[in-house]
Amino acid sequence: MKFSEKWLREWVNPAIGSQALMDQITMAGLEVDGFEPVAGDFTGVVVGEVKTVAPHPDADKLRVCEVSSGDETVQVVCGAPNVREGLKVPFATVGAVLPGNFAIKKAKLRGQPSNGMLCSESELGLSDDHAGLMELPADAPVGEAVSAYLGLDDVTIDVDLTPNRADCLSLRGLAREVGVLTGEAVREPELAPVPASHDEKPSITVEAPAACPRYLGRIVRNVGLTVATPLWMVEKLRRSGIRSIDPAVDVTNYVMLELGQPLHAFDRAEVEGGIVVRMARDNEELVLLDGQTVKLTPDTLVIADHAKPLAIAGVMGGEHSGVTDRTRDLLLEAAWFEPIAMAGKAREYGLHTDASHRFERGVDYELARTAMERATALLLEITGGEAGDIVEVASNEHLPVAAQVTLRSARLNAVLGMAIDASRVEDILTRLGLEIVEQTGDRWTVRVPSYRPDISIEEDLIEEVGRIYGYNNLPVTEPTGSLAMRPVKEAVRPVSAVRNFFVACGYQEAVTYSFVDPKVQEILDPERDGIALANPISADLAVMRTTLWSGLVKTLEYNQKRQQPRIRLFETGLRFVRNGDDIEQEPMLAGIVTGNQVPENWANGRREADFFDVKGELESLFSLLGVEVRFTAGSHPALHPGQTAQLFLGDRSVGWLGTMHPQVEKKLDVNGTILLFELFLNPIVSGYVPNFKEFSKYPEVRRDLAIIIGNEIAFADVDRVVRNNAGNRLNALRAFDVYEGEKLGEGKRSLALSLFWQHPERTLNDDEVHELFDRVINALREELGATLRS
Amino acid sequence: MENLEQLVQDGLTAVKNAESLQALDQIRVEYLGKKGLITQQAKTLGKLSAEERPAAGQKINEAKGQVEEAINARRASLEEAAIADRLAKESIDVTLPGRGQDLGGLHPVTRTLQRIEQFFGNAGYTVEQGPEIEDDYHNFEALNIPGHHPARAMHDTFYFNPGTLLRTHTSPVQIRVMEAGKPPFRMICPGRVYRCDSDMTHTPMFHQVEGLLVEKDVSFADLKSTIEEFLRVFFERDLKVRFRPSYFPFTEPSAEVDIEWGRETDGSIKWLEVMGCGMVHPKVFEHCGIDAEQYRGFAFGLGVERLAMLRYGVNDLRMFFDNDLRFLRQFR
Repeated sequence: MKFSEKWLREWVNPAIGSQALMDQITMAGLEVDGFEPVAGDFTGVVVGEVKTVAPHPDADKLRVCEVSSGDETVQVVCGAPNVREGLKVPFATVGAVLPGNFAIKKAKLRGQPSNGMLCSESELGLSDDHAGLMELPADAPVGEAVSAYLGLDDVTIDVDLTPNRADCLSLRGLAREVGVLTGEAVREPELAPVPASHDEKPSITVEAPAACPRYLGRIVRNVGLTVATPLWMVEKLRRSGIRSIDPAVDVTNYVMLELGQPLHAFDRAEVEGGIVVRMARDNEELVLLDGQTVKLTPDTLVIADHAKPLAIAGVMGGEHSGVTDRTRDLLLEAAWFEPIAMAGKAREYGLHTDASHRFERGVDYELARTAMERATALLLEITGGEAGDIVEVASNEHLPVAAQVTLRSARLNAVLGMAIDASRVEDILTRLGLEIVEQTGDRWTVRVPSYRPDISIEEDLIEEVGRIYGYNNLPVTEPTGSLAMRPVKEAVRPVSAVRNFFVACGYQEAVTYSFVDPKVQEILDPERDGIALANPISADLAVMRTTLWSGLVKTLEYNQKRQQPRIRLFETGLRFVRNGDDIEQEPMLAGIVTGNQVPENWANGRREADFFDVKGELESLFSLLGVEVRFTAGSHPALHPGQTAQLFLGDRSVGWLGTMHPQVEKKLDVNGTILLFELFLNPIVSGYVPNFKEFSKYPEVRRDLAIIIGNEIAFADVDRVVRNNAGNRLNALRAFDVYEGEKLGEGKRSLALSLFWQHPERTLNDDEVHELFDRVINALREELGATLRS
Repeated sequence: MENLEQLVQDGLTAVKNAESLQALDQIRVEYLGKKGLITQQAKTLGKLSAEERPAAGQKINEAKGQVEEAINARRASLEEAAIADRLAKESIDVTLPGRGQDLGGLHPVTRTLQRIEQFFGNAGYTVEQGPEIEDDYHNFEALNIPGHHPARAMHDTFYFNPGTLLRTHTSPVQIRVMEAGKPPFRMICPGRVYRCDSDMTHTPMFHQVEGLLVEKDVSFADLKSTIEEFLRVFFERDLKVRFRPSYFPFTEPSAEVDIEWGRETDGSIKWLEVMGCGMVHPKVFEHCGIDAEQYRGFAFGLGVERLAMLRYGVNDLRMFFDNDLRFLRQFR
C-alpha cells in the first residue's frame, strides 16, 4: 500500500518527523518497505501561462510561444503537442535547475530564441508521462512556485502489509493505527449522506447471497465526465501510485484509498434491465476493462444485467459497461463480497487488482454505505449531476456478526511473559476500537469492530496488546524445561561422520537442486521416470532426481568448463522414486571423481584416479561405519560394463560404484575417466557396538602362493575357495600382486596371495599349516583350474 | 718386560690410526685376543719368581686395560662419525611440500547447519527430519493456512498435483513430530525447502531451520531470549536484536527479527531482517491433538543461506548452488 505522507497527516498529525513516523508504523507491524519523494529535485519552476502560440518558421513540430511567469512574458520555443493559448503549465524559467541537475539557459531552437522550458510531468520527476505538457488547472496562480503550488514537500510511503491487516489498506485504517500508536486524535472527513434528488432506483437481484451478502447500487444522473478531476485528487492518487483516468474512476479509486471500500461505476445506459449478482454460466465470455476477453468459469461470481455479465465481482469491470467521456448516467456499486468466495479468483484469470487484493483479504462489511455516500458527494462536487436513492440488498444470514472475544489477564501475562497493568490493557483495547462490553476482575470481553475481521480469538487480542505495548518492551527470560536424557544409538553413525570422512579423502561437498534436467536424468537413469513438477521453474529443473548423479554430473560439467581438471565431489540428500501410489524419498550418498587421485606433486601424483582408488575409499568408509559391504560385478546403464560393481549388505543392494560409460560421457559433454558411486545412506550407517573378543597370544604363520587363473575368474571366487578350505584358523587373506602379461598367455592372469593362520590357544605346527596350505592349493586347482606359478 | 711397554705404545698407535670398526676389531684381536701380543705376555710370568709375579701380572693387566680403553674410545668416536655421516647423507629438503591427498570441504550450507544444530543441540533440542515431497495438509492446513488463505500466495508453491507439493518450509516436520509424540517438545527441523521463484535474491530451493519448543509454561519473553542468544552465538558478536510485529498463520503473536547490521548514511542503525518467530497458534496445537490450555509453545524459522551469506560475506545467493569449486574451496 502506497500513500502520501501529507494525506495521512490530514487524518492524523503526530508531532514527529517523517522518519520517526515510518519507524513507528514499522514497529507496529506495518513494515515500511521504502519511501520516495513525490517529485524530483528542482528549482526555478513556476506556474506559467501560455499567452500566444505561433508556428515556428523553420520547424514543423515546434511552436513559438509567449509565456508569462507573472513577472514578465518571454518567448519560449516548445515542441509539445498540447501547447495552446491560455494553458497553465509548469514553466522552468532561465536559471531553473531540473531533476538530474539539468540547468535551463537561454537558447536558440532552429534560430528562434527560447527563454526557458515548459515542462511535462516526467521532466519534473512526477511520473513517467512525457507525452505532453503537464496541464495545471485554469485557476493556478501564475508565478507561484510549482513545488509550493502542488505541495511537493511530501513523500510516498510504501508499507508492506501482511495479509491479516486488510484494515490498513486505506488511509483511514493507517490513520487509526497511527492514532493508537501516538495517542493523537484521528480526524475523519465529513461523511454525510447525499439526499436523493430523483427517484430512479436500480433493480438489484442477488442470486448468490453467500458470496455477495451485501450489494448497494445508486444511480447518479447527468454527470459531466469531460471535466477534469481536481488537481488535489489527481495528486493524491498519483502519490498512491494510481493514474488519473476520469472523474468517475478517479472518485471510486480515491474513496477506495481513503476508506478501503472498492467501488465500481457502470455506464447506466449499458445496463439492460437491472443488476443481477450471480455465478457465471458455463462458457460465458466477458471483455474486461483491460481489453482482454475471458471465458468465465461457473465458480466465478459476476455482476450481470438481465442479458449479460458486466463484471467479475470484486475483480474487474467489463469494457462494455465501463464509463467513457460520453457517459451521462452512472450506476454506482458498493458491495461486500465474502473473502473465501473471492480467494484466488483474480489469480485464476491472471489478474490482480486493487479491488481483488482488498476483497480477498476482507473489507469492512459495514463500510459500503458510507463509501457510497462519500463517493457520491465527491462526484457531485466534481461532475455535477443528481443522485438517486441507494438500493441495498443484504442477506443478514450471510453477513458476519461482530465477534465478541474474551481476554483473560492470566493468559495474557503467561503468553507475553509479564504482567501488564489492567488500565494499560484497557487503554490499548479501547484505542484499537475494541469496545469492552464486559469486564470482570480478571477478564475483558470486547466487541470486534467490523473493520478488524482478523480478530476472532483470545490470541488475536494478546497479539494486539503485545504489539501496541511494544515487543521490545517485553522482558527477556530464559525458557525452563525438563532435562530428560534422550536415547542415542551408538551403532548408528551420524551422517556428519560420513561427510567428514569424505572431506578427509579430499572430496568437496556439493548441494545441488532436487529437481533436475529430465534429459540428463534420462541418460543416467533411463529405467525410472522422475516425478514431474506441475509448475517447474524451467525445463531443465523439471523432474525430481531419481539419482544424485543427475546434479553431480552437471556440477562436474560446470567445473570442467572452468578449467578444473581434478574434481572430487560428494552429496547427501533425498532421491525421489515413485513406487505404485507411494513416493519413496530415500536419503542417498553419492560421489563423482575425475582427475588425478592425489594433487599433482613433485614426487608422483600424476596418476588418474581409478576404480580401485574409490573402492578403497568406500571400503574405509564401510569399516568406519562398521558394515560389511560386498562388491559384485554388476551392470548399470550409466556405467562401463566392465567396471561396474553393485554393492550388497547381506542380500540388500545398497548401491553402485563404477566408471562412467564412454557413451554416457559423450552425451553429457564431460570428459576424462569419471568414477561414480551412489549408496543408500540408511542401511550403511547402522553398524555395530564393539564386543571385545580375546585375541591369540601365539605366533601368526604366513604362507604365500602365486597362482595363474583365467581372467573370467574373480578374486571373490578365489577368496571364497581359499576361505572354504583354509580351516577356521585362517586369520587373513591378502592379494599382494596381480599380473597380466604375454608370458602367461591370452586370458590368464597371475594372482599372488598371502595367507595368515593363527591358533587362539597354541602355536601352530608346520605340519598342520602345510596340510591346510596343500588343501587350499588343491581346491584352487580343482575348483578354479588354477595352476601354481613356479 | 721393556717389550711390554713397546707393545702398548704400538697398540695405542695402531688404535689411533684405525679408520674403521673392522680395523679396530683386528687390532683388538691382535693385541688383546686369546693369542694377542699383550695377552701372550702372561706366558712370561711362569719364568718369574713368586715374588715378582704379582707385580708383573699387574703390569700386564694395566697394559691390557690401557689398550682396551683406547680401543673403546676409538670405537665410540668411529661410531659417532659413522652416524654423523649417515645423518648427513639422509638429510632432506624439509621445505618441499608434503605428498598425498588434499583436504576437501563441507558445503557452506552444511557448515552453517552444523553450527546451528550444535547450538540448539547444546540446549537440548533434537534434530528432526521429514519428507520434502509433502501433502497439502501438513504443509498448509495443519499450519492454519487453509486453501483460501491469502498467505498461500506468499508461498510460491511447486505442485505435483493439487494435493501434493514440495514443502515450502520445514514447519510440516514439526506437525509430524507433534502428531507422533507427546509434549514437551524441543526440536529443530533443518532441511531443503522449495519456492517457485528465481532471481538475483531467490533460488527455487534453499534451506531452512525451524525450531519449536512446547512446554507447560513458556512465553514470548522466553522466545526473545532464545532468538537473541542464538543470533549472538551465531555471529559471535553482541549485536542488537529487535522484534517487529508480523504475521504468520501458524504463530500468534508473531514477530520478525531484525539484527543490527552496520549504520545507515544518517548514522542510525541499519536493521536487517533475519528470522521469523512467534507463539504457536492454538489452531496448530488443535490439529496435533495438544491442549492449548495446558501447553504453550514458541516456534521460529530462519533461512540458512541468508545467515551464511551474512556470516561469510557471500554476496550472491545463487553461488551456493553453482557449486563452483573456487567458491566451495573457501569453506574448508
